[in-house]
Amino acid sequence: MNKYVERLYNGIIKENPTFVLMLGMCPTLAVTSSAINGLGMGLSTTVVLICSNLLISLFRKIIPNGVRMPAYIVIVASLVTVVQFLMQAYLPSLSASLGVYIPLIVVNCIILGRAESYASKNAPVESIFDGLGMGLGFTIGLTIIGLIREILGAGTAFDVQIFGEWFTPITIFIMAPGAFLVLAFLVAGMNIVRKKMDAKGTPLAEPAGCLAGDCAHCGASCPSAGKKPETNNTEGGDK
Amino acid sequence: MSDLYHVSSSPHVRAKDSTSRIMAYVIAALLPASLFGIYNFGFKALLLILITIATCVATEWIFDKIVHKKNTIGDLSAVVTGLLLALNLPVSLPWWEAVIGGVFAIAIVKCLFGGLGQNFMNPALGARCFLLIAFAADMTNFNVTKNGVDVYTGATPLALIRENGLSAVNVRDMLVGNVAGTIGETSVIAILLGAIILILLGVIDLKIPGAYIITFALFMFFFGASRFDFNYVVAQLCGGGLMLGAFFMATDYVTSPITPSGKIIFGICCGLLTGIFRCFGANAEGVSFSIILSNILVPLIEKYTVPRAFGQVKEAKKNE
Repeated sequence: MNKYVERLYNGIIKENPTFVLMLGMCPTLAVTSSAINGLGMGLSTTVVLICSNLLISLFRKIIPNGVRMPAYIVIVASLVTVVQFLMQAYLPSLSASLGVYIPLIVVNCIILGRAESYASKNAPVESIFDGLGMGLGFTIGLTIIGLIREILGAGTAFDVQIFGEWFTPITIFIMAPGAFLVLAFLVAGMNIVRKKMDAKGTPLAEPAGCLAGDCAHCGASCPSAGKKPETNNTEGGDK
Repeated sequence: MSDLYHVSSSPHVRAKDSTSRIMAYVIAALLPASLFGIYNFGFKALLLILITIATCVATEWIFDKIVHKKNTIGDLSAVVTGLLLALNLPVSLPWWEAVIGGVFAIAIVKCLFGGLGQNFMNPALGARCFLLIAFAADMTNFNVTKNGVDVYTGATPLALIRENGLSAVNVRDMLVGNVAGTIGETSVIAILLGAIILILLGVIDLKIPGAYIITFALFMFFFGASRFDFNYVVAQLCGGGLMLGAFFMATDYVTSPITPSGKIIFGICCGLLTGIFRCFGANAEGVSFSIILSNILVPLIEKYTVPRAFGQVKEAKKNE
């Protein structure tokens, strides 16, 4: 497999940030009350992720190891500011409904996680594709969650009424508990798929990222995670 | 000779109690409240009770089939869950919403966490709260029509007290149960009858309900809408799901502490939360939310109330 395609496959399926790595849970749970919100959040994160991966990969030899976290944050924050202003200018309604979660992309674990575990060690073009794959994986995850919650909780899909008069919306699904329920069922489904593929002999391979915030076991992709508390802080800060 | 010198390991004396036996007692104790609910709200109440019980049992059976576990519907706990859930629903609820509630109670609250004994909150109450949030309008619609006549319209006694003060309700009606409400919660007398059966059979003791009711009464006496009014406290005690919750749901073995002092703390938690919800919350009722919140506190309560075993010496303070 071509290494760029491999990066895309890795981000969308094998290490899907939402269903496999469980990164960026806060925006995942908070903004997915409708499919449009999920899509908007996913795409804006994707844009930031691609650009930040590119820049961090370009600067990877200049950034001193001791201050790499602040450096990444500065890069990501600048990009998020740009995205935020663009969104306010051209998509004001989406910007209003996503609210504070757009500025919070700065501390999104996926972005810092990919910066730390991939972009800081690989060439720019691969990093772009890694960002694209991860971003699309995140977008797909959020859109699916948002779509399911919107259909069950409001009876609409992308703001289009899909049921007739008989349908009583189960409003809990567009409230916070619904986010947890839908996410839990989708992750369970993903685990079933993984088990089936393991049984068939084509395993999806265990994710080599910071699975569920457990940094003790991931020597492979973020070697500094076990030693340095900063990576823990990025997840704690993703509120 | 072999009969005389039968050698076996302990335990040598076994009680006859089993899960299914205790559950059967609970079902029997719930019968007065159920029968009164059916009498009070008509045939549709019976239908709703049967539907939720059938849903709960079927869900457990299907879940066990899917995950290849030993079939556990024989322990009757699903029947109890279904019955309790139905008693916590308004009779006007559409049947399919009751079915969703039953599936949620058994599949999500109970079976996914490992089945009976592993569930972290009372399945019936978990499902009731789910339905309350999911179908808020239907779950708080207490208008009842029996044989084409409007039997009850509008609000439950608790909501009436909240809106119009104590004079709006008749406490004697609330004791007997001739008021609007969910199927099983209206008649205090029928519930107490069932509770006495359970206490006499030794299935529950008075620690949790006692602590719950006393705490709640004191809270309402001091902080309620009309303070230091004895009648108000009595009306609050008889209104809503307090009695049903205190005797039948807070005492659920799985989701209440097993330590004696823990039971009292648990009861106090329930009472305090119910008082806070009823006095300061957005709704007139708060029993189900306070019980499931206290359910979540149970592991913590048990951790700090483990009694000292006989002969065990208190750990001496370490000298620096």
